[in-house]
Formats: sequence, C-alpha cells, structure tokens
Amino acid sequence: MADEALFQFLHNEVIQYIYKSAEHGEMENGRCISKLENMGFRVGHGLIERFTKDTVRFKDELDVMKFICKDFWTSVFKKQIDNLRTNHQGIYVLQDNKFRLLTQLSAGKQYLEHAPKYLAFTCGLVRGGLSNLGVKSIVTAEVSVMPACKFQVMIQKI
Amino acid sequence: MAVCIAVIAKENYPLYIRSVPTQNELKFHYTVHTSLDVVEEKISAAGKALADQRELYLGLLYPTEDYKVYGYVTNSKVKFVIVVDSSNTSLRDNEIRSMFRKLHNSFTDVMCNPFYNPGDTIQSKAFDGMVSGMMVQVS
Repeated sequence: MADEALFQFLHNEVIQYIYKSAEHGEMENGRCISKLENMGFRVGHGLIERFTKDTVRFKDELDVMKFICKDFWTSVFKKQIDNLRTNHQGIYVLQDNKFRLLTQLSAGKQYLEHAPKYLAFTCGLVRGGLSNLGVKSIVTAEVSVMPACKFQVMIQKI
Repeated sequence: MAVCIAVIAKENYPLYIRSVPTQNELKFHYTVHTSLDVVEEKISAAGKALADQRELYLGLLYPTEDYKVYGYVTNSKVKFVIVVDSSNTSLRDNEIRSMFRKLHNSFTDVMCNPFYNPGDTIQSKAFDGMVSGMMVQVS
C-alpha cells in the first residue's frame, strides 16, 4: 500500500523546507534539528493520546517503553523495534535494524552525515509520547550503518 | 445527565469545568477539588488491588448527600470528573461509562488540534457542544 510512502515524502519535504528557510547562522547552530524535534514532540504528544485511549493503564516505566517499542512503533512505522536494551537505571536503547525513514536514503555508509536530520523528528516523537505518559526523558539517535539506527532514551528523574 | 463536568490536567489544575448555572458553582468546584484526593488514592492503591488496576474507569468516587461523583483517569494522567444528582437514580453504570468514553474521545480530538497547546484551558466549541449534550438541560 502507498500509505507509508505518503508520510515519508512529507517528512522528507519538511526537512528540506526547514533547511532551505534557515538563516545563515542557524544551520550550524543545530536550530533546524531542534525545530524538527519540537515538531515531533507535539505530534508524539497527540498520537499517544489517541493510541492509549483504549489500552489499559501502564504498570511502570518498563511497561511504557514496551508499549512504545511494540504498539506505537507498529502504528507509526508498521514494524516493531527489533531490540530493546536497558541498564535498569533509566537508560533504554531502542534498536531498529531497518528504520523506515532511512531505507530510501542508502544501504550503507553513503550520506551518513545527513542521517541525523532524518532522525530528529522521530526523536521528538518518542520524547513527546513519553512525556504525555508522564515520563520525562531525553532522546538521542545514532546511526553507524544505514538503515539500522539506535535511539537512546535517558529518563530524567525529577 | 450530569450536573457538573470537569477535566483536570496531570498537574491537578482544571482544564475545563462546566456546571449547571442555576446553582452555586463554587460548591461544584470544591466538590471536584476534593474528589481529586480520592482519585489519587485509587490510582496508587490500584497497584495492590490487582483486580481493577488496569481499568481507566474509576467508578463512584464518593457519594455526598446531594450528589454522586464519578471519576476516570486516562493513560496521560488527565482526570475526568462527573457529578450527578443523587435523586436521579435511573443512571446506570453503563451510561456513566459511555459518558466518559464520549468525553475521552472528544478530549483526544482537542489534543490533536494543532491550535491547542497542551496545558491550556479547553476552548473548543465542539467539546463545549458535546458537554452541553450531557448536562442537565435547564431553560
């Protein structure tokens, strides 16, 4: 079905637009990445409200992370997270071996320097979703070989 | 038919309170505020009572001499409180549940509205309309 392609094209265009309309200083500042991440945050916030409308209440943090890895990822990217690791002290690493938004970019190391732009929105998405479920966090992403990527979630204990 | 409906944010401030205008609104605000304690108790106690820990609907929070107060918590810790008249005994549990369901659906729509910033009071006319449909009609 062409459904996935719609979001991917829109996402790519959003990134292009943000970078094209950036002022001179902004590109080096990383303000574009922040803009993308904040967009993702608001979207994640709203999406989680919709997805958890009918689910039961979550028991604890791990339950929330599992929900993100399975149901949330499936609804947005039509697949689950391949690997979830934690050190049980507030750091979770979500590994996706074939991240949908990167598959069309390259199948190896080509264009690696552009990959962070394409991950910013998703980082925001995860952060927004977690924040709406009551979990304050910082989400970063790293790519070594496309299309696999890792999202690191650091839970902030207030 | 409710006498007062309130939506309370995760940080326990009201996002939306609407009550039947003929009566003293302050009394309803107070009732909703005190019901928050009961909601907190139910959420934290749910850890031990395995039977209903997973439900979003909290049921009857506490009855006063004139009113009955019902509660519902979403996964994002937003609380809905409905106050109904005690004299109206024909309202069954299912009806209250369906009222909460409608509230939750409308609330989700408000959340997804790009012009709504999470944390603001709810100004949506659609939400207002839906709530009016659930309140006691007074002319």
